[in-house]
Amino acid sequence: MKCVFNKINNVKISTWLLLITLGIFALNAVVVHAGDPNGSTTYSDSIGGLKYSVNFIWTLLGAFLVFIMQAGFAFLGGFLRQKNMLGYMAHCFIDSTLGAIVFYLFGFALMFGGSKLTPGLDFGNSLIGWDGFFLSGRSYDVQTIMFWLFQMVFATKAVSIIAGAVAERMKFVPYIIYSCLMCGLIYPIYGHWVWGGGWLSTLPFGAGVKDFAGCACVHTIGGIMAFVGAWVLGPRKGKYNPDGTPNAIPGHNLVYVVIGTLILAFGWFGFNAGSTLAATDLRMSVVASNTFIAAAAGASIMLFLTWAMTGYIDVLFICNGALAGLVAITAPCAYVAPWAAAVIGLLSGLIMRGAVWLVEVKMKVDDPLGAVAVHAANGIWGMLAIGIFADGTYGGVSGLITGTGWQLLAQAIGTGVAIGWAFAWGAAIFFILKYTMGIRVSDLVESEGVDIHIHGSPCYPVEERYIGNVGEAMIDLNQEREQLSLLEEAMSKDAGREKIYSDKLGRWVYARLKTEKKR
Amino acid sequence: MKKIEAIIRPEKFNIVRDALTELGYPGMTVTEVKGHGSQKGISEVWRGRRYRVDLLSKIKIEITVKDADVEKIVNTIVNESQTGSIGDGKIFIFNVENVYRIRTKESGEAAI
Repeated sequence: MKCVFNKINNVKISTWLLLITLGIFALNAVVVHAGDPNGSTTYSDSIGGLKYSVNFIWTLLGAFLVFIMQAGFAFLGGFLRQKNMLGYMAHCFIDSTLGAIVFYLFGFALMFGGSKLTPGLDFGNSLIGWDGFFLSGRSYDVQTIMFWLFQMVFATKAVSIIAGAVAERMKFVPYIIYSCLMCGLIYPIYGHWVWGGGWLSTLPFGAGVKDFAGCACVHTIGGIMAFVGAWVLGPRKGKYNPDGTPNAIPGHNLVYVVIGTLILAFGWFGFNAGSTLAATDLRMSVVASNTFIAAAAGASIMLFLTWAMTGYIDVLFICNGALAGLVAITAPCAYVAPWAAAVIGLLSGLIMRGAVWLVEVKMKVDDPLGAVAVHAANGIWGMLAIGIFADGTYGGVSGLITGTGWQLLAQAIGTGVAIGWAFAWGAAIFFILKYTMGIRVSDLVESEGVDIHIHGSPCYPVEERYIGNVGEAMIDLNQEREQLSLLEEAMSKDAGREKIYSDKLGRWVYARLKTEKKR
Repeated sequence: MKKIEAIIRPEKFNIVRDALTELGYPGMTVTEVKGHGSQKGISEVWRGRRYRVDLLSKIKIEITVKDADVEKIVNTIVNESQTGSIGDGKIFIFNVENVYRIRTKESGEAAI
């Protein structure tokens, strides 16, 4: 019955989607194109024209590099158990495809309308923009569309951050809803405040809130949303003992984790250095070097820290340390000197380690990939680092080391707003979804893995000799459903088991069912 | 001496192992196996086409114990791993002629 109901719902949803798509086509067919769709007015055979050309190449190259970071995020799925890998892959992939569509439809217009950065982005105020919908009309222009591509890949990265925190236990439809809202509203509106000429960028303190490549816009917003998501979902089964001590849940492929970290670091060159948006801005060499110096420093401090704390060289923490350094340097990379990048990187590793402890042990929020510790904590740190280490050589941004504290105040306001904005939206979305459609998969699905139940196939299918084709006569849907509901019932009974502390073993074990105890 | 060979659901293994550890047992060999009895496989989807996984993964536990302990170990496994759905598995009991412990060359019940 549930199956049939779902089918009807799916048909309804797809009809709506079709209508919306047709509507967009109809709308675009009547709009007059007044931008520069082929670039002939933007380009000319002169030094000025060539400048446009190299800037285009640089920004597009940056966009392509940022796009490959999605592969890095996907590879970090090695932190998860085998049975949930495909679910995480699907989340990452949906973010970069569906998210791109949403950002194309209205996210970009809300974010950069009124910024006047490129042609066709004229209307908007300091709170929200409203120009450049569907990249049509005057925004059908080579510059605007180049800019869109670069911003689109950023938006999809911001959405993917949360996939790691809610992995292994989230339903798919709520995830899609969250993904669309994040790409279409939450990220663009905050981005407008900082990057689109909104009120934060024009604060009267220092040079206004500065966020070079997205510590607040991308990482703090994404990381705080990830925290709220993981908190509302609750921990994975078996993560915490009744006395609150956390257990380790090992992932399934550390090769993926290391490769993913390296791909992310590679893509980050585009993320930060590409954010100059101009190859004529030669500061990009400093930006790129600062980026890697911070990553290397973050990884190195974790190398020695894990060695000192556990006696082992913990590769997972070293990888996370590198990511922490990359996140922390994202905002200050253009405004600080290389020595400051090294300091920021070193501290970011320690902050990440501290945040892991705080989130896992103290707050008891289960975050399988460490998204909160890496992105939220270090996004905040990176924003504040501008106010401390900026040396005044670029963009007129000067921090504490030059003797002025106003920039730090501006950064603190910007960061505080980002935290509040993401927390409020995150709590609203996840609590509403939790009490309407439910966001967590059933106990059976969690125990057998979301792959086979939601996506129909394990991420690593069994060998060919174990499978056969399905004959019509072999399928008895009624029986299958009946058996499944029996199993479902048994598994949810198991979830109700109290764990008891066994003195004999010195660890927590599963005890008898609660109901049996009462008898 | 008897050998207990239990084939159970993988998702129930944690609970069964915890229960057995609490009860106490001499030693355990665990194998990941594939097979089926009355449960005729589950169907999965590969790019829109359904296929059937005929042989499902199960976990086989082998424990060799004194005759007197067979009953309580079997009861524990049955109680903890039963779900009532097809595919819960089976338990087989075998007679064991002798057991040798390689380290000490002990044999018989002392070697279990």
